[in-house]
This record gives sequence, structure tokens and C-alpha cells, in this order.
Amino acid sequence: MKNTEFEITEEKQISTLERVSEVLIAIFSRPSGMIGFSIVILHIIIAIISPLIVPYDYKEINSLIMLKPPNETFFFGTDQLGRDVFTRTLMGGRIALFVTFFATIIAIAWGGFVGIFCGLVGGKIDDIVMRIIDAFLAIPWILAMLLIVVILGTSTQVLIPALGFFYGKGIVRVARAATHDVIARDFIMAAKARGHGNFSIIWNELLPNVRDAIMVEGAMRWSWMLLAFSSLSFLGFGVSPPTPDWGLMISEGRGLMSFAYWPVIAPIVALSSLIIGINLSADAFAKALGIDRTQKAPV
Amino acid sequence: MKEIIQSIKNLSIGFKSQDGREISILKNISTSINRGETVGIVGESGSGKSTLALAMMGFAKQGLYPISGECVYKSKNLLDLSDRELEKIRGKQIAMIPQNAGQSLTPNLKIGYQVEETLKLHTNFSSKERSIKITELLNKVRLPSPNVMAQRYPHELSGGQQQRVAIAMALAGSPDLLLLDEPTTGLDVTTQAHVLQLLNEIAKDTKTSMVYVSHDLGAIAQVSNRVIVMYAGEIVLDGDVRQVLRSPLHPYAHGLLNSIPKLSLPGLPAAMPGTPPQPDENSNGCSFYERCELAIEKCISSKPELKSFSNSQTKVRCFRHDKLSEKELNKNIDSILPQKSKAKRVLNLENISITYSRQSILDQILNRFSNKNITVKDIDIDIKKGETIALVGESGSGKSTILKSIAGLLSIKEGNIIFKDDISLSSDVRHRTKAQLRGIQLIFQNPDESLNPSHTVEEILSQPLKLYFGLSGIKLKNNIIDLLKKVRLSEKYLYRYPRQLSGGEKQRIAVARAFAAKPDLILCDEVTSALDVSVQAAVLKLLQDLKNELGTTYIFVSHDLAVVRAISDRVAVLYQGRLCEIGSSSAVYKYPSHPYTEVLLGAVLEPDPDLKPKLAAEDIVEEKPPENGCCFQGRCPRVIDEKCFKETPPWQISENGNAIRCHINIKDLLKNQS
Repeated sequence: MKNTEFEITEEKQISTLERVSEVLIAIFSRPSGMIGFSIVILHIIIAIISPLIVPYDYKEINSLIMLKPPNETFFFGTDQLGRDVFTRTLMGGRIALFVTFFATIIAIAWGGFVGIFCGLVGGKIDDIVMRIIDAFLAIPWILAMLLIVVILGTSTQVLIPALGFFYGKGIVRVARAATHDVIARDFIMAAKARGHGNFSIIWNELLPNVRDAIMVEGAMRWSWMLLAFSSLSFLGFGVSPPTPDWGLMISEGRGLMSFAYWPVIAPIVALSSLIIGINLSADAFAKALGIDRTQKAPV
Repeated sequence: MKEIIQSIKNLSIGFKSQDGREISILKNISTSINRGETVGIVGESGSGKSTLALAMMGFAKQGLYPISGECVYKSKNLLDLSDRELEKIRGKQIAMIPQNAGQSLTPNLKIGYQVEETLKLHTNFSSKERSIKITELLNKVRLPSPNVMAQRYPHELSGGQQQRVAIAMALAGSPDLLLLDEPTTGLDVTTQAHVLQLLNEIAKDTKTSMVYVSHDLGAIAQVSNRVIVMYAGEIVLDGDVRQVLRSPLHPYAHGLLNSIPKLSLPGLPAAMPGTPPQPDENSNGCSFYERCELAIEKCISSKPELKSFSNSQTKVRCFRHDKLSEKELNKNIDSILPQKSKAKRVLNLENISITYSRQSILDQILNRFSNKNITVKDIDIDIKKGETIALVGESGSGKSTILKSIAGLLSIKEGNIIFKDDISLSSDVRHRTKAQLRGIQLIFQNPDESLNPSHTVEEILSQPLKLYFGLSGIKLKNNIIDLLKKVRLSEKYLYRYPRQLSGGEKQRIAVARAFAAKPDLILCDEVTSALDVSVQAAVLKLLQDLKNELGTTYIFVSHDLAVVRAISDRVAVLYQGRLCEIGSSSAVYKYPSHPYTEVLLGAVLEPDPDLKPKLAAEDIVEEKPPENGCCFQGRCPRVIDEKCFKETPPWQISENGNAIRCHINIKDLLKNQS
């Protein structure tokens, strides 16, 4: 008779790095993740290095070459002020990506924390906080954003926390729901019975279990924020000219679209490809994490 | 010659793994079901018993598909039939009774309507005939006042009644073959005994063949004529119920029988070592080789066939079954040490009352404690160091509620919890000191739930060590390794996640986590009921060993009276949140004095077809305890007079040392027992 119960193969500790690479491999092994992630990474790389590679100055106005269609010298043509659309498109995502990326981090941080906390403590605190969130959800975001921008200005210092706050509300709900899934399980009760405090339970027991849901929701919120930011620029409340920005470019070229499509098409394609890319990656991300979690024991 | 209802030939069912290999769950099963026969299929989780039962009605679970072989019913192979053709057979000719009837009944339709639906589908009765048939069916499953029952919704019925309705629905099409998948597993012992009795009567009356799938040998013994023992997707033993359960010819069946705690035998059952092989493990030899004590060289190199055994109907898959007769069955390791009488007190429950219902505002203002709807009332128990005290009772008896209060997770309304000498514990965990918290630890029923799935074993075990002792670094790690060794696991488990462990290993980790705090008292909430029997025996053994080693005190909550018998020094029997009887377990089990204890013990199923349970009381479920009088008045078979309904019964102490709460004189109680 062999005693097999205690004889198992040596196993190493799985480091965070290994886990991240595991998830990345899972994402890249599915087509949607592959395409989505490539698009997003391409956009980020372009945003970072575009000042070094663009062929022209983005703010140089030349009345002689107004509204030239795409050709060998100007790949995407020129706009109504004679500026190179290719240059402006490459650089147009910089501010949008910068602002929304940090706003997403803020949204995940506060939304995740408040959501988990409300889910854990429940009762009156939960009721009050959630009703406040509900009240905010009832305000149209564009109205609220316009109000903030009008009062506080359009600088990035205002836009990042404003976007982060507004898009964190959705994350609060997701985090709270994910917490409710976990909270009824015995290991939370075990932690309570051992005498851990609320913050210790949130950090040690809840966060590892709801982290994935929050991250995926955060990725989705990122694409929403990009749209919101571009909409603000489109309405003239975001980036001010002559700084290149997709929303602004669309807004400027809109009136001339019937005879010059190129100044509008390029930023539209850029913006929508980035949003589609983020959505595809978020989707693949969710699935990769989902598979990871339901994986059966390899014993 | 017996008429064969269904025959299964060389059936293999499996799935495709991620790397494209074909993995079989059922391996080459051949058997047949005769008319009027009840076949019990028994095996541990993962043995393929449910898969086999489902295949008998031409169904494979999601992801599974038949690899080879056939299930022949009325000269048709069910596995080849289209869904349309199967619809005609399922329900009408082959019916299934699921495990959880509460979930298989539609919650928003009345019982009568749901039974009628089945009748509409399978018969062409007129609506008048149908309503007569409904009454007849509900009568057949012994539901009281069928016409009233038909007007009720599923949630208005108790678990046992819901199961009866499910049986009535299955009988609606008067099927040839009835498949029962663990039909009594979620039920209380007394209810289970009643449902099994009903199944027996139905089998006798209607001559329906039944296939009874269960992990519970006790239940199998009560209903079946023939038993099939499955292991790792194979039939290892197939034979008459008495033959299989009295002198099992396969070492697995032998070990399984030995690992069940039995009422008739005190002490711990012998555990079976090892775990069953995974379906994707390929071996040329016997699948039980690694856990078999009798294994020889031949067993690893060649696979034994299922062979008919010497002129009886028994078939066995083992080379060395002839050696088994030498081994003794029903031998327990008796490792319970005698109680030290002068031990110190660890915990004292003084008149504990707990309620879940909210107090009315008026009561809150007046700071008054209303006496209605108290879930747990007047619990008075003294627990000494080093003893194991068990709280037993059916669901709703308040046993887990009491545990939660001791752990500080539920506030008590009245009474005191005195810890160690004279520290009165707050009933709120947040108001307890670290030392008090450390002293009381909990082990939960289901380790899947109680271990955080995103933590490794190391992280799980480090929680209490960090919290109570502030350990870190190498000291922490050494402590964790020590803990693992204590629960007989090696340090290789450190970086595993709970999902990478088997059920028994998970529960060991949960035990280790409780012991990490070096507690005085460990609260065990149904710790073995989610485990397979062979694993259960090992976990019980571990708990007993740790107790002997460290002198820990356990409060052991369980609904399984045989398990309690095996591990406890003292037993407290609870009904509706009130104590009925308390005493040393040898005395309580030998001379059950309280009528409820008698009913409860009578309903326990033993794995012996000739030991029938005694059904003394009705299996009605009372939703809330009576306001006045004895808590057991509603079901007591020995109610004497008005006194039982009006006055709370007094405590009486028998000469055996157990205390009971009953109006009847204790001597008369023992005398009148059948």
C-alpha cells in the first residue's frame, strides 16, 4: 500500500510577476485580446513618442495649403488652417490618454474602496452612501461636467479628479455587488470571528476576490472617460486650441465635412479604434481572469 | 427468468480535456436492471454514480458525451435517440427524483398544478380524472390531506413534504424505472427515515424498478435489494445487499464500510488512506491499487475484470478478494480517553437565550424582553477542559446559532457566556480582548467556503499567527510548517491554492488554521458533513489526535448522530432551541431517556438491511417553538396531559447520569421504551 496523500510534486511560490504574465498570455491567446491589446499599446506608444516622429509642427498655420486632400507630403491632408492632419492626429491623443488614464486610477481607487466598504459594513452607512451615489447617477454627466469646468476651469488638475469622481460611481456599484457575492462566504465570517478589523478584512480577504471585477470595470470606464473627454473638447470645454485633440479636431472640421472629409475622418478613426481596442481588451481581460478562477485543480 | 428493464453494455462516458485527450468518467460499465428490483449505486464523490444514473435516461451532463457502449431500454439504445424520442420516454417510462426537491419545484405554481402538468404530459386523462389522480398520487406519497396540499405553494411545505411531492410527480406517469439521485441527502434523520419507508412501500406496491444513487450506505441498506459499488468510474462490486454489506468482497467496499461511524460501536472508525485517482490518470492496473492493503505485484500490472463469483450473483473486480474474508469488519479504533473528572472549566453557558426576530419599538423603549419567538432559550451547559461536547439536533434546533453566539458573531438576549474562570464574554466579537479571541476558534462545515480562494495555504495560515502573535519572517514560516505537520501535511502544500487541494486536505488546512491560535476551545460546526466517508473518518481521527496531544476542548455540532457517537464525551440534545437531554455520550446512546432522543436515535440508519429504523414520531416540521410548555409537545408520541402544553418540564437526572427535561418520570420513560 502506498500512501499517496502526502506525496506531491514540489511547487514553487507563484510571484506576482508570474501571475501577471500568466494573465497576459491568456489575454493574447484569444483573438479579441490580441487585437484589442495591440491597438491600445500602439496608441500608448504613439502618444508617448509622437513629438519625436511627427513630420511637421502641429500649430504651424499656412494659408497656401488649406484643406489639401491626402497626398504624398501630407498623408492625411491639411485642415482649414493649413495644418498637417497626420501630425495633429498622432498628437491628438496625448492629453486625452494622459487625463483619462490617471482619472481611471482615481476612479478605481475611490470607487473600489467605497464599494467594498459599503458592501462589508452594510446597514445605515451603506444605505446613505448608496442613495448619494444614486442621486449622482441621476444627474446627466455632461451637465455636471460642464458645471465643474465652467466653475473651476479646464486644466488637467480639474479634469482628472472630476472625471475620476464621476466615473467612480459605477465602480462603487460593481465593487459593492462583487463584495456581496463574497461577504456571505464563511471565510469572511472566519476572519470576523478571529477578530480582524474592517480594514484588515477589506485588504486581506475581500480585495483579492473582488480585484478582478473592479479592474475589468475600471478598464470599461476608461473607454467611457475617453469619450467623455473628447465630447468636452468637442463642445469647446476641454483642450483649448491650438493644442491638438481629437474631439477638438472633429469639432473644427465638422462644418467643412461636406467638401473636405479628411480633417474629421482621421481623428474619428483614431478615437474609435482606441475605444474599441480598450473594450476588446477589457473583454479579453475579464475572460482571462474568469478562466483563471474556474480552473480545476491540477492534482 | 427475470425481466430486464434496462441493460447497459460497455458504457463509457467522458469529456475532451483542454489538450484534446479523451478522458472517461465512466469506464466500460456493463450491468442490467431487472423489473421490480431496487438497485443501490454507492460510491464517493467523483466515482461516476450520478453520471451512470443520468445515462440510464439517455442524458449526459454538460460537457460529457458517450464514448462507447449503449443503454438499452425496450430494445432501443437511449444514447442514440433524438431529443423528441427521449421526451416520450423520460418522465413517463423512466422518471427521475432529484436531490433537492425544493429547487426542482417551481416556486410560483401550486403543488396540485405542478402534478397536473406532469399528468397532462404523460396521460390523456380528462380534467376530472386528473384531479382524482392528483389526490390519489398525493395520498400515495402519504401527504396529509391531499386536497389542501394541492392548493399550497412549494415554500409552504417542509423539505420532506417537498421530496414527497417530487416522488408523486415522478410516479404520475407510472414509470417502469425510477431513478433517485441522493433523494434524502438534504433531509433530517427522522424525515429521511420516513421518506425511505415510503420508497420501500412504493417499490412493493407498484413493482417499479428503482435505481437509488447515494453516498450513504445506511440509506442504501434500507431500500435496495442489490448494491453496486463504484470506484473511479468502474463497478468494483455488484451483488445482493446482504452479501455486499455484511461480507464485502472488494477491499474498497470493505474500507468504506469500516470508515462509517456506527451507533452500535463506540470509538472512531478506521480511515481509508489516500484519495481516489483523477479521471485522467492512466494506469494499467487496478484503480484501487494505491489505497489497497492487499495489493500485490499483479495488481499494478494488470487490470482485474468484473468476475462473477462462485455460483452466487455477486460480481467483483479484484484479484485478491479471497483474502478479505480473513479481515475483520466493524472494528473501530478506540482512542477516546476517559474523562478526567476534576478538569477545569473552560466555558460556561448560563441561561443563554437568543432571538433572530426584531423587538417591537415599544419593547425597545421599555427595555423589555419579549418572550415570543425565541430561537434558543435557557441553554445551560458547563464545558470542562479537554472534553468534547456535542450539540445534536435536526435542522432548526439552534445548534449552529449557539456556536455563533459563543464565537461572538450573534448577540445573545439573555444569559452569560463565562470563559475560563470568571471572564464574562461580550457577545459582540468587537468587544472581546485579543486573548479572549485567541482562546475560541471556529472550524466551519464547508472548507470551500471557509478558505479564501485567492490565498495560498501559507497566507491562510499566516492570518491568525500574524494577528495573535505578531509573527513575521522566518519565525512565521517555521510556525506554518509546524502547523502543516501537525495536520499531517507536508511543507510542499505552502504555495497551493485551496482549489488545488482535495476536500480532506482543505478541511485539514481549516483545522490547522484553528489550531494556529493555540486556542482553549474549538467550535466545530458540522466539520465533516461536506466530506466523503473515508475522508470524514480521517478528519475525525485527526481531531481526536490533536485533542489528545494538546488537550483542546471541542464543542462539536452535528446532525449525524453516529459521528457524534464516535467523537464526543458528552452529548446535548437540542430541539427547537431548547435542551432536551444532556449527559455522557455512552449513557445517552445506551439509555436514551427523553422521548425526542429516542425518536432521533431510532431514525438513524445503519448500513445493515435488517436493522430497520424505528419511526416513533411524525415528521412534521414546526416552524417556531411553542410559547408554553414542553418544546417537543407537537411531535411527542408520549404526551401525557395538559401539563405538557402548559408547563415547562422540570429537569430530572437518571441513574445513568443524563439529565432530561420531561414531565414523565424518568423511570417510567425507560420502562416504556420498546
